[in-house]
Amino acid sequence: MREPLRTLRSHAMVLPVANIDTDQIVPARFLTTTSREGLGQHAFADWRGAPESAFADTRAASAQILIAGDNFGCGSSREHAPWALLDFGFRAVVSSSFADIFHNNALKNGLLPVTIAPDVHSRLLATQWPQLTIDVTQSVCQWDEVRAPYPIDTYEQDCLLQGRDDFDQLLARLPEIEAFEEARR
Amino acid sequence: MSKPQTMLDKIWAAHEVTTVGEGGPAVLYVDLHLVHEVTSPQAFTELRHRGQTVRCPGRTIATMDHATPTTKPRADGSWPELQPGAEQQLATLTSNCDQAGIQLFGVGSPERGIVHVIGPELGAVQPGMTVVCGDSHTSTHGAFGALAFGIGTTEVAHVMATQSLLQRRPRAMAIELHGIPGPHTTAKDLALAVLRKLGMHGGTGHVFEFRGAAVRALDMAGRMTLCNMSIEGGARAGMVAPDETTFAYLAGRARAPKGAAFNAAIAEWRNLSTDADATFDRSIDVDVGGLCPQITYGTNPGMVVDIDENVPEPTDDDAADALRYMNVAANEPLLGRPIDVVFIGSCTNGRLEDLRAAANVLEQRKVANGVRTLIVPGSVAVQRAAEDEGLGDTFRAAGAEWAEPGCSLCLAMNGDKVGSGKYALSTSNRNFRGRQGEGSRTFLASPTTAAAAAVTGCITDPRELLSQS
Repeated sequence: MREPLRTLRSHAMVLPVANIDTDQIVPARFLTTTSREGLGQHAFADWRGAPESAFADTRAASAQILIAGDNFGCGSSREHAPWALLDFGFRAVVSSSFADIFHNNALKNGLLPVTIAPDVHSRLLATQWPQLTIDVTQSVCQWDEVRAPYPIDTYEQDCLLQGRDDFDQLLARLPEIEAFEEARR
Repeated sequence: MSKPQTMLDKIWAAHEVTTVGEGGPAVLYVDLHLVHEVTSPQAFTELRHRGQTVRCPGRTIATMDHATPTTKPRADGSWPELQPGAEQQLATLTSNCDQAGIQLFGVGSPERGIVHVIGPELGAVQPGMTVVCGDSHTSTHGAFGALAFGIGTTEVAHVMATQSLLQRRPRAMAIELHGIPGPHTTAKDLALAVLRKLGMHGGTGHVFEFRGAAVRALDMAGRMTLCNMSIEGGARAGMVAPDETTFAYLAGRARAPKGAAFNAAIAEWRNLSTDADATFDRSIDVDVGGLCPQITYGTNPGMVVDIDENVPEPTDDDAADALRYMNVAANEPLLGRPIDVVFIGSCTNGRLEDLRAAANVLEQRKVANGVRTLIVPGSVAVQRAAEDEGLGDTFRAAGAEWAEPGCSLCLAMNGDKVGSGKYALSTSNRNFRGRQGEGSRTFLASPTTAAAAAVTGCITDPRELLSQS
């Protein structure tokens, strides 16, 4: 069980760059670990040094939402990417699209990927440190007077709202899995 | 008459155990689980935490590839140049596999190699299977007419415990390659041509099925190269229908069926192809008639040009940023640009056929002064076969580094690095910023094009080099 996620209200860090790959989120040189803990210090390791970087802002440490360009999380399947984002303090990422494997890995860890329409997304990318409210029960992302609904798989939404993960679901199906194996013999 | 089906439909239907509730995801059975040192330790920890064990060790194969050095191991099997943390990672995999009863191809094993090279070499990957691994380039195995895709570490634990995954069915996308490519053009050039047309996320949510005469003409190594880069177009999986080329590759391999069982398997495998009247969710056509060698110029694998073409004018901020990072100018040629490092290897292009293509260029030639040329076989089996054929001698005589098998400079986590600000011409799959070490700049191309650059020290059209005797 995880902490259920119903509403999230936070200022958001904006990285207006498209195609942010998982090598940017956590470079491969930090993958020689056997733990999932402590990866937040390496999140965006090669971006953080720049003085104009959003990470240099005092608001970075307390931001729970990341807004990024299209096709976020492309590339490697490393789950270290969502682990690093969560450990840094993010609970949701907002973009106009996500790479499949990252999207999946994020949900498995309770990091909410929020896919909003491209026109709303480009307006949001032009802002700085906006205050956002994400209502998971309604699947709506709000800021100022804008109300942007986002699509979510109802099964995944349920998992987030109840703090439930897939593992128990799969274990509960073991009798059917055994029967399947038996039938294939 | 049953409804015509795609290959994806058929494999999916044969592995769908059940669905979770009304409208929930499917429970998809996994035939083969490939494991390596980087994305598995946290999964084994999770299993222990939940009091679970590996349910089907016989359906699981483990190897060491990502963090292993390309220098020779010591006589006792240990490595002299491990990165911090890597030693523990390798030791953890060894003890986890021992405890779980998983066959591990570790240091010193003649079957060790990159996970996506050894799975096929062993004959473990077969048509119609579902194959997963905690690595995005698992798409490689679709070359056999398998549904093969990368998963995260949480899902690695799911497969270990239940041999199954919760999955939504992806959409099927036909990629039809038309025409016959030109000379000195390889499967890598086909892959780059597809990415050029599709962009780096045109395939999101889909499984590719590569079709057409140019695909049928490829050997298994070429089909693996093509399917390998499906993920670079956003598709988790790519497939090629099995045919005589596939069956000939599998015949006699350690884990492939033998004798009458093999013939029976072939009869079943023939039924996997997409039915003639089946419809795909999406289809695209790519004209590869007379295709010339392809190369990337930017910081994602969709930024591709013909090798003798000028860098295109950027159409958005991201493309402009990519040119700045690469320090290349629009409307200028790539030909003649100096290269610091040439890397030939990886799960994309580290097979024997790739090394033959490189050796064909390096034979009787020398690597240019000041260019580091690192040639890394995809597995110990590839390394030995290359030595037996004399390719190792060719590489050494040319002045290249002929190294120990592994992922190496593809992702630069084993200590091999290009260097900040330096340029690599690489046969790997990703040209992301810093992918080959902090500050590295990468051009992606085929082994033939990479070897030509090694000889001249700059980006070179292999057709020109090879026409000079």
